[in-house]
Amino acid sequence: MTISIDPQKINNESLQPKGWLRYFSFSLDHKVIGIQYLVCGFLFYLIGGTLASAIRIELASPMSDFMPRDVYNQVLTLHGTIMIFLWIVPVVNGAFGNYLIPFYVGARDMAFPRLNAVAFWLIPPSGLMLVASYFVEGAAQAGWTAYPPLSITTPQSGQIIWILSVLLLGGSSIFGGINFIATIIKLRRPGLKLMQLPMYCWAMLGTSLLVVLSTPVLAGTLILLSFDIIANTGFFNPVLGGNVVVYQHLFWFYSHPAVYIMVLPAFGLVSEILPVHARKPLFGYTTMVFSIMGIVVLGLVVWAHHMFTSGTPPWMRLFFTIATAFIAVPTGIKFFNWVATLWGGKISINSAMLFSCGFIINFVFGGITGVALAQVPFDIHVHDTYFVVAHFHYIVYGGTVFIIFSSIYHWFPKVTGKLLNEKLGILHFIITFIGFNLCFAPQHWLGLNGMPRRVAEYDPQFQFVNQISSLGALLMAISTIPFLINVFLSVRNGKVAGDNPWNALTPEWLTSSPPPVENWEGEAPLVEEPYGYGKQLSE
Amino acid sequence: MLNKNIYLILIISLVFAISFWIGFNVNLLPAEASINAPIYDELFKILFIIGLIIFIGMTIAVIYSLFKFRKRNDQIGDGIALEGNLSLEIVWTIIPSIIVLLIGLYSYNIYDRMGGMKELNHNHEMMSSNPEKIWAGISQTSDNKISKNNLSIEVSAMQFAFLFNYPKGNFISGELHVPVDQKVSMKMESKDVIHAFWVPEFRIKQDIIPGQPTVLNFTPTKVGKYPIICAELCGPYHGGMRASIIVEEESDYNDWFDKNKKTEVNL
Amino acid sequence: MTTLDSSKEIKENNSEVNETHEDFRMFGLITFLIADGMTFAGFFAAYLTYKAVNPLPDGAIYELELPIPTLNTILLLISSATFHKAGKALLKDKNSDSQKWLFFTAFLGIIFLICQLFEYFHLPFGLTDNLFASTFYALTGFHGLHVTLGTLMILIIAWQSRISGGRINSQNMFPLEAVELYWHFVDGIWVILFIILYLL
Ligand code: HEA
Ligand code: HEA
Ligand code: CUA
Ligand SMILES: [Cu+2]
Repeated sequence: MTISIDPQKINNESLQPKGWLRYFSFSLDHKVIGIQYLVCGFLFYLIGGTLASAIRIELASPMSDFMPRDVYNQVLTLHGTIMIFLWIVPVVNGAFGNYLIPFYVGARDMAFPRLNAVAFWLIPPSGLMLVASYFVEGAAQAGWTAYPPLSITTPQSGQIIWILSVLLLGGSSIFGGINFIATIIKLRRPGLKLMQLPMYCWAMLGTSLLVVLSTPVLAGTLILLSFDIIANTGFFNPVLGGNVVVYQHLFWFYSHPAVYIMVLPAFGLVSEILPVHARKPLFGYTTMVFSIMGIVVLGLVVWAHHMFTSGTPPWMRLFFTIATAFIAVPTGIKFFNWVATLWGGKISINSAMLFSCGFIINFVFGGITGVALAQVPFDIHVHDTYFVVAHFHYIVYGGTVFIIFSSIYHWFPKVTGKLLNEKLGILHFIITFIGFNLCFAPQHWLGLNGMPRRVAEYDPQFQFVNQISSLGALLMAISTIPFLINVFLSVRNGKVAGDNPWNALTPEWLTSSPPPVENWEGEAPLVEEPYGYGKQLSE
Repeated sequence: MLNKNIYLILIISLVFAISFWIGFNVNLLPAEASINAPIYDELFKILFIIGLIIFIGMTIAVIYSLFKFRKRNDQIGDGIALEGNLSLEIVWTIIPSIIVLLIGLYSYNIYDRMGGMKELNHNHEMMSSNPEKIWAGISQTSDNKISKNNLSIEVSAMQFAFLFNYPKGNFISGELHVPVDQKVSMKMESKDVIHAFWVPEFRIKQDIIPGQPTVLNFTPTKVGKYPIICAELCGPYHGGMRASIIVEEESDYNDWFDKNKKTEVNL
Repeated sequence: MTTLDSSKEIKENNSEVNETHEDFRMFGLITFLIADGMTFAGFFAAYLTYKAVNPLPDGAIYELELPIPTLNTILLLISSATFHKAGKALLKDKNSDSQKWLFFTAFLGIIFLICQLFEYFHLPFGLTDNLFASTFYALTGFHGLHVTLGTLMILIIAWQSRISGGRINSQNMFPLEAVELYWHFVDGIWVILFIILYLL
């Protein structure tokens, strides 16, 4: 069997720098791009986390004393934007998607390697631009939702830079989405059926559909918003006859699906990790696939649950209540299936497993508060309060970020050939889990009792609970230390892992670790049962 | 086998018992000071209990599996090759569907009792008969049973204050005074950016939107002073955009009203 | 030949089997056009909502003259046909015929843009006059941007399909087909736009 290799590509390959340098180059190798996404995203996580720490320091006292009020608004806007567009979305989609999808479909690279590299290289400049806007005339300060008319009337340079960088990041995300869809559907190794793909492929397929269908609407909306700011049009400016609620509809038409863009890939990743460490097949493969697609479809028609107190008519509120709450059903199927995957397994309790189980617990909590929020009468009281802040941090941090850490522990040996230190890993998990719950659980109470979000000053009666929350944030910040130490030590002189330290069956482990440039020395293996645990024994 | 089932039933009833106990004994909400509040708290209790049951159940299942099925040192090989179970899948599709549907119907009922499904008519006696488009809001709970002539107030919000206009008395106040047990009907409009009117003790909130008037009706039931909080980011001093609502006995309210009232002549 | 790598490779494989045009580059392009279509869908949704719920101030001009946009619709529809002709010709290795059709298509595109500009200059309202005006300019302007881009690409592929030294020929049809699909897409959007903006 000959493998056709593009002569030009080989040329390219030999021109490209080797070793560490290639991570700073315009590399076309999907594995290099994946790592670029991950490291870049993590650096932005540190920036976003530093901003979060600033928020929590400010909120440790009821007065606005740590920073001026408008700076506080800039900080929380940057925190939200960076965490979503520069950390979660690029990492769960870009980093793991690029690294794993070609392995999973049995290809040597993504469908459009150049587009792929372009998509990545859009991120650092737009991210840096966003951060730098703080030093120009101050960053955007209308929140990550940028509701007009506030976003039209606040200092303009920051808001325009914000729009520009979100547009670029959205473009990057669309390019990525197109690439994933083409790779999964068109680039599959002959003989590999759709229903034999590892679950992460399905998750990425669903996510990419959402990206392709909803991100352009955000782009269009932000273009209109920028017209309002620069050209003095009145789309969203009531003074000129515009309608501010239309912006909210358009914005949430993207940004609600965006929350599934942030979490569906994590669902895929956890479906890869659990079977390996529980030594059992993924429970209910087919229903898992259908539930992903169910979430995609439902996710597109629930956006107005963010607008229950805006000017929406009653019938609309009711429709969106029911549609939103129904997302609990396909999501619930996934969670029950994961627990069933654990049930009766031979579970290795390691860092990857612990973070995955932490994910399940945290996400169920955040999901349940989500279903409560979906009920109009409930939401009317807690909308725009710390209850909502708690809800989504339970999901984005307790859910997605936990899975990112879990995935790093799981695939680190794949990428580097070295194992991470388990003791440090478990320490990392314990501090993170305690700190996280300490930080965000009390915020539910704050919201219910009258603390609105996005405020730098608050009623003194809330001081004690806010301080507990800030203490939790401190623990979260501390928890990154054992993690970083672990990574640095293990890259240098970690225990050699061997090609397949977990005895996993998914295709990426059936080559050497770290993998060769073209993924396989010979032909790509045909993996018909990526979750065939328990069966190989009898053979 | 029988033993196993008994344990399962025992655990499930324990989870239910704990959840109900917490649901009924842990109060996470502020004081109830309007007709809406007890209705809201009823919904909250139900959601809280259902949520607790699901959360505690799932957490126990995860921790138990981690513990029970952990790999012992002497063990090798894999777990059982169980790939799925159709009847289980059906069960855990249908049960959450039913729960979600019931919650939905129930919260519809609650919303209706709060007045969310009522026509948004703002019956200002003082206003011209010219019907104006009202965009959204909550109408009243028990339709005018408590009092025939309800109090109409026009709220305008701006960076960073609320102003309350009493058309009947022809004056503007920075504090909202209302008599207890009387339906208050507010028409709200913003002068600049979006704000929101929130009184946590009343469990009501409504955005105040520039260019699009909204209504909010409520009936306070408890004398006292409660904060009015702006809940929509509206600029640097958003956190300081507060006012107070003072619920007082009818006579006290009338005194206050008469003190502030201006006659047409004074204009 | 089992494993497929980069788009480069597919291109090479394709030169042998260029009957199967549905390769994944076309697939990628279609996905992109769906995304692009969603941007327009967002604009249309905004426009229709405004029309339904936001009354214009008195005296705002709502009516649009029909002759120019009707002419433009016809121009674009013809240009879709001429583009198709160009593709047919190239398939039969008649490169210079193909080039002629392409230039003609580009010519129609340019006329379209000129007409559009002419309309802009003679409209009784400006960009910031009212909501209707702003949305009108945003929609037609965004579409005009697409036509401009398309016209430029047509000129490029017309140049590239020259006989000596050109990179596009019956063996390598993809660029032409890609731009053709894009052009049909832009036409389709125009038809929807014409109906929604001018006729409704
Ligand atoms: C990854 C991100 C993510 C995810 C996955 C979700 C998931 C969900 N979200 Fe959340 N949400 C956000 C991120 C996310 N959210 C953000 C960022 C905001 C704030 C935006 C802002 O204003 O800044 C927000 C705000 C938000 C609101 C608006 C609140 C407000 O502003 O007033 C609502 C209201 O309906 C909501 C609902 C839901 C629901 C119903 C789900 C569901 O998908 C959850 C489903 C999951 C479960 C229910 C758990 C598992 C299920 C079972 C174990 C089965 C049994 C359960 C039942 C029968 C109940 N979310
Ligand atoms: C999407 C992901 C995401 C993540 C991961 C986080 C993570 C965190 N968030 Fe964030 N948050 C949002 C998304 C996210 N957030 C969004 C969308 C908003 C809404 C914004 C808006 O209203 O517009 C928000 C708003 C928000 C608020 C409300 C602000 C307000 O409304 O006034 C608060 C307050 O407590 C908060 C806290 C935190 C904390 C403590 C963390 C922690 O988990 C962070 C932990 C990480 C660290 C602490 C990093 C450790 C590193 C260091 C300390 C630096 C070391 C430096 C070097 C080595 C160089 N967040
Ligand atoms: Cu007004 Cu916030
Ligand atoms: Cu949502």
